[in-house]
Amino acid sequence: MSLFDVIFYLFAAFTLASAALMVVSKNIVHSAVGLLFSFFGVAGIYVLLAADFLAVVQVLVYVGGILILLLFGVMLTQRITSVDMRTGTLQLVPAILAVAGIFVILFRVIRTTSWNIVPEAEAQFIPTAEKIGYLLMTDFLIPFEIVSVLLLAALIGAAFIARKGT
Amino acid sequence: MRELITTLANGQTFLANLPEVVLNIIFISLGAVVLTTVCAVLALVGVYMERKVSAHIQDRVGPMYVGGFHGWLQTAADALKLLLKEDIVPALADKKLHFFAPILVFGATLATFAVLPFGRHYVMSDMNIGILYILAISSLVVIGTILAGWASNNKWSLLGAMRSAAQVVSFEIPASLAILVIIMAVGSMNLGEIVNVQVGGIHKWLIWKFFPFNLLAFIIYFIATLAETNRAPFDLPEAESEIVAGFHTEYSGFKWAAFFLAEYANMFMVGVVGATLFLGGWSSPFGDFMNSGPFQIFWIFAKAFGLIFVQIWIRWTLPRVRVDQLMYTSWKVLTPFAFVAIIGVGFYMIL
Repeated sequence: MSLFDVIFYLFAAFTLASAALMVVSKNIVHSAVGLLFSFFGVAGIYVLLAADFLAVVQVLVYVGGILILLLFGVMLTQRITSVDMRTGTLQLVPAILAVAGIFVILFRVIRTTSWNIVPEAEAQFIPTAEKIGYLLMTDFLIPFEIVSVLLLAALIGAAFIARKGT
Repeated sequence: MRELITTLANGQTFLANLPEVVLNIIFISLGAVVLTTVCAVLALVGVYMERKVSAHIQDRVGPMYVGGFHGWLQTAADALKLLLKEDIVPALADKKLHFFAPILVFGATLATFAVLPFGRHYVMSDMNIGILYILAISSLVVIGTILAGWASNNKWSLLGAMRSAAQVVSFEIPASLAILVIIMAVGSMNLGEIVNVQVGGIHKWLIWKFFPFNLLAFIIYFIATLAETNRAPFDLPEAESEIVAGFHTEYSGFKWAAFFLAEYANMFMVGVVGATLFLGGWSSPFGDFMNSGPFQIFWIFAKAFGLIFVQIWIRWTLPRVRVDQLMYTSWKVLTPFAFVAIIGVGFYMIL
C-alpha cells in the first residue's frame, strides 16, 4: 500500500465516521459538527486528487456558507435545539430498498463513467483554477449564466417570502 | 519551503539519507511549531500595543511596572496568569462543544498563517489559490464562534454568537469583492505572485493602480475586515454594555485566552493580507534599497503592524454602531461600492 492509499483511506474513514456521527447524534448541533468534519474529509480527498480549487470551494461553499446558514437557522428557530431527535429505525424495508436503489445507481455510474485517469508515473500537480475559469467563460458560459439567474431568482423569492408578514 | 527541503536533501548532512516523505513531515511539523509560536508571540505584542496605544490616546500611560521598561512583560504575565487560572465550565453547558469551540477558532486562525508570505522565501505553503484558501478557512472562525455561544447555554453568549455570525457573513461579501479587484488586476490568486508585481518601490503598489478604484477597494477591504475581526466600531458580538462579553461570556482561563489570542492573530492576519494585496507585501517601499531576505520580514511586519495601529486607533476613536447601522454599512454602502470598483477596474483593463 503506497502513501497515497494510506492517506486516502484515512480521509475516507474520517469522512464516513463523521457522517455516521451526524446521522446517529440525537443533538442537532452535534450533527452539524459531524457534517463539518465530513465536509473537511471530502475536501482532503479533493486535495489528494490534486483538485485544489474544488477543495477550497468545497470548504468555502459548504462550510462557510451552507453550514453557517444551517446553524443560524437552528439557533433562530425557537426550542429546536433542545428537542431530542428520533434516530431509531422506522421503516426498515422501504429504507433498505431506497438505499439499495441509490447504491445500485451510484455503482453503475461509477463503473460506466470513463474516468480521466493519468498513469501514476506521469501524474503531476497542475493548478486547476485557471482552467476552470476559462471553461466557465467559454464552453460552459450558458449553464453558468443560467445558474446565476436561477440563484438570483431564488434570492428574490426568499426575500419576498420573508417580507410577506410585515 | 520546497527549496529548503530539496537543498537539505541534496546536501551532505545526515538529512540527505532520509526519504523525502520523512523530510516533508519533519519540515511541516517544524513549520507548524514555528508558526504557532510566532502567532502566540504576535498576539502578546498586539495586546501590549493595544493597551499602550489606547492608553496614550486617552492621555494615560497604560501598564508601566511589570518587566521594568514601560511594562513590556505585562501581557506575558497576563498570559501566564490565564494559563494558571481555573477552567470553569457551566453545569448545563454542552461540555464537548464548549471544549471544541476555542480549538476550532484558534486552529482556523492559525491555519491561515500557512499561506501568508513573510518574504520571497519565507512562506510555508506557496499555493496557487492562496487568497481563496484564506477566505475559505477564515469562515471556520464563525462556526467556532457560533458553537461557543451555543455550547455555553447562556442567553448573552447565544446573542453574541448570532450577532457575530450575521456580521461576519455579511462583511465577507464586500471583503471578498475587494479582494477580487486585486485578483483581476494581477490575474493570479497566488499571494507570492501578487507581491511580485508590486516589487520595485512604493509607486508600484497595487493601491495606486487603476486609480481610484484600487484605493476604493482598499478602503472597503479595511472596513470589512475591521468588522470581520469583531473590532470596534463593529464589536457588537462582544458589546460589554449590552450582552456582557458576548460569545465568550462563559469562558475562563486558557480557553478564554485562546479566543483572545485568535482575535489578535486574526487582526495580524488581515493586516498581512491587506499589506500583501495593496501595500506591496514584503517588498521594500524604496525599490532595491533594503529589499534583501531579512528586511522583507521587517517590511511585512512593519506594514501589518501599521494597519493594526490604525485598527486600534479607530477602536478608541469611534463609538459602537447599532445592528441596523452595521447591516446598512455592509449591504447598502460597502457592497455597491465594491461592485463599482470591480466594474471600474474591468473598464480600465479593457480600455
